[in-house]
Amino acid sequence: MTSLPRQSDQRAGRQGDPPAAEVTLDAAALSTREINRSLQALPYGRAVVTNPDGRHNLAVGLDAPVRVEIDGPAGFYAGGLGKQAHITVNGPAGCGVGENLMSGDVHVRGSAGRSAAASARGGVVVVDGGCSSRAGISLKGATLAIGGDAGALCGLLAQSGVILIGGDAGPCLGDSLYEAVLYVGGKIAGLGADAVVEEITQHDVTFVKILAEGCGFDHLSPADVTKVVSTRRLYNMQNHDHGNY
Amino acid sequence: MSHTFSPEVIAEIQERARLGGCEVRGLGAKRAVPSFDDLLILSAGISPAPLEGTQERCDTRTVLGTRHAEEPVVLDIPITIAGMSFGSLSAGAKEALGRAAAMTGTSTTTGDGGMAPEERDSSKTLVYQCLPSRYGFDPDDLRSADAVEIVLGQGAAPGGGSVLLGQKVTTSVAFMRDLPEGLDQRAASRHPDWTGPDGLRVKIEELREATSWRIPVYVKIGAARVASDVRHAVEAGADVIVVDGMQGGTGAAQDVFIEHTGIPTLAATRMAADTLRRLSVENEVQLVISGGVRSGADVAKALALGADAVSVGVAALIALGCNSTSDDTGADVSLGYRALGTVPGSCTACHTGGCPVGIATQDDMLADRLDPDFGAERVANYLRALAMETTMLARACGKSSVHDLDTGDLVALTVEAAAMARVPLAGTSWIPGVTD
Ligand SMILES: Cc1cc2nc3c(=O)[nH]c(=O)nc-3n(C[C@H](O)[C@H](O)[C@H](O)COP(=O)(O)O)c2cc1C
Ligand code: SF4
Repeated sequence: MTSLPRQSDQRAGRQGDPPAAEVTLDAAALSTREINRSLQALPYGRAVVTNPDGRHNLAVGLDAPVRVEIDGPAGFYAGGLGKQAHITVNGPAGCGVGENLMSGDVHVRGSAGRSAAASARGGVVVVDGGCSSRAGISLKGATLAIGGDAGALCGLLAQSGVILIGGDAGPCLGDSLYEAVLYVGGKIAGLGADAVVEEITQHDVTFVKILAEGCGFDHLSPADVTKVVSTRRLYNMQNHDHGNY
Repeated sequence: MSHTFSPEVIAEIQERARLGGCEVRGLGAKRAVPSFDDLLILSAGISPAPLEGTQERCDTRTVLGTRHAEEPVVLDIPITIAGMSFGSLSAGAKEALGRAAAMTGTSTTTGDGGMAPEERDSSKTLVYQCLPSRYGFDPDDLRSADAVEIVLGQGAAPGGGSVLLGQKVTTSVAFMRDLPEGLDQRAASRHPDWTGPDGLRVKIEELREATSWRIPVYVKIGAARVASDVRHAVEAGADVIVVDGMQGGTGAAQDVFIEHTGIPTLAATRMAADTLRRLSVENEVQLVISGGVRSGADVAKALALGADAVSVGVAALIALGCNSTSDDTGADVSLGYRALGTVPGSCTACHTGGCPVGIATQDDMLADRLDPDFGAERVANYLRALAMETTMLARACGKSSVHDLDTGDLVALTVEAAAMARVPLAGTSWIPGVTD
């Protein structure tokens, strides 16, 4: 099972590291390349990116236990291709937030565009608001927690990992799902091909409770979530009907 | 016998009636299409004169990724090894290809299944693919690569996702792809995190940011809507465009895709080169073409049409031992082909995992039939022979670099090839659609 988000006081730096000075990077005055180069060079500590103004590719490819705060709306791929880092977006994030995340976490204090946590292999992506379509597409082991509603095709082709939706799920939830597990707190507009509702167990309730608490989602009742998994019928090609293949 | 309902067509209909599904197979298109064979090279005469002796050298050095990358890929020869996944190929086959590329100063490419450790270790210059499936995609592997190739499509199946049947989804393949063992894997045909030309532009920037703008970004397209795809890729910021023609091989795809989608490599090469010229980036963005390249003559003709390099897939596998009657232990493996319903010389059964020569398999017993050392030597010999044939032809045209070959060095044997390659029909000055 995937890791749970750490409490925020555990997130800054490694244990025993001397407190690093907080770095402020003003996106209004710096290129994306300059910002990322500075962030990628930090071994630990904290950095704030001010005036992001929807800039794409901020805090991409980080590989150290740094805390990065993007202080405003971020564009595409915020925190993408990251390892170890703890990234917060104080605002909405564009398409592909936390894309291919390997470890660490990305927390969006707003809503997120298409393909949140696309193909993420580890770590946690938390979106306080809602997500547009294809959230958790091709998920490969990470945890995606959505406080609000999820758009169409959430969990499309998701291979492993967990998606928690605090609000309602849009049409075609979990289409072509593999082994990822989806939990929905609200209503489901419709299931995709090969997705099916499964009874929840006490283990699911405990898991969702810990996950929701870790994400600060107090609006959902763990005992009332709907669990969606794969029927595994599309695992063999002879079972594909022409419309699904 | 009916031409419309030939014995082969009848057998195909019967097979579909039996299966209720379509045929999946490996390698490339079997049908005859206009190809580099339909072009001839106009070697030198009185003026220009051919190069002479060993003093007048013909350069084969090839540089890819000069547009934005801090460290372009520098190759000794203009022939690279195409992306073929660990999964469709055995670890030993990937290792042998990597070693052969390193021995000949060229690059090899990962595939739809991530970077196998054997591959990184054995390859001097390794291109890392970023495919719609993103199986095993790892930023550490990305940073260890010498270039990254965003794959939009393959010539064998433009518009389709890749297939890997359950027999080949063994423990290690499943682990690398994060899939359950033994399932028939169907991969996405669209990237999960972007759509359209603007999305591609941001994706390219993301990969550059993650690699500090050090390595080149290639964009690979399956040759179908070549002019617009090349334009979009250039505008999105690609350093290198890889165009894979319809003859291009595959590890497994539906026969209906392989035979009926895309355009021939010949037509695609000229279209892509013309598009780069029209955008005035022909000296900035490099063109790599693939799909049915077999000989130095094919390489020379592709370069003359405007490619900077070619990639080989199936031909490299054949050099490795594909379709051979014996394996590296010297044993006759004809029975293995018979078990697959085929014979050496006609095998396209890569999708089954039962490769009689240990190349397209994940079965350890079969994989042992390929010795990576011997295999690497054969592929390296083949690549050297291709490079030598290419320089022989370039020298005969009076060129001191293979990259100096141009369309003036070509004529076509058929009207179709003349129209596609936009070179004159042999013995005339007529270029269909261009001159009267
Ligand atoms: C066994 C096999 C596996 C392949 N796997 C991939 C792949 O993973 N990714 C990809 O972009 N192309 C893949 N291809 C296509 C090649 O990269 C290349 O485009 C094609 O083989 C070129 O045509 P040729 O085989 O006629 O040289 C594969 C081809 C073969 C034969
Ligand atoms: S011999 Fe092996 S590699 Fe060659 S076509 Fe047959 S199965 Fe594929």
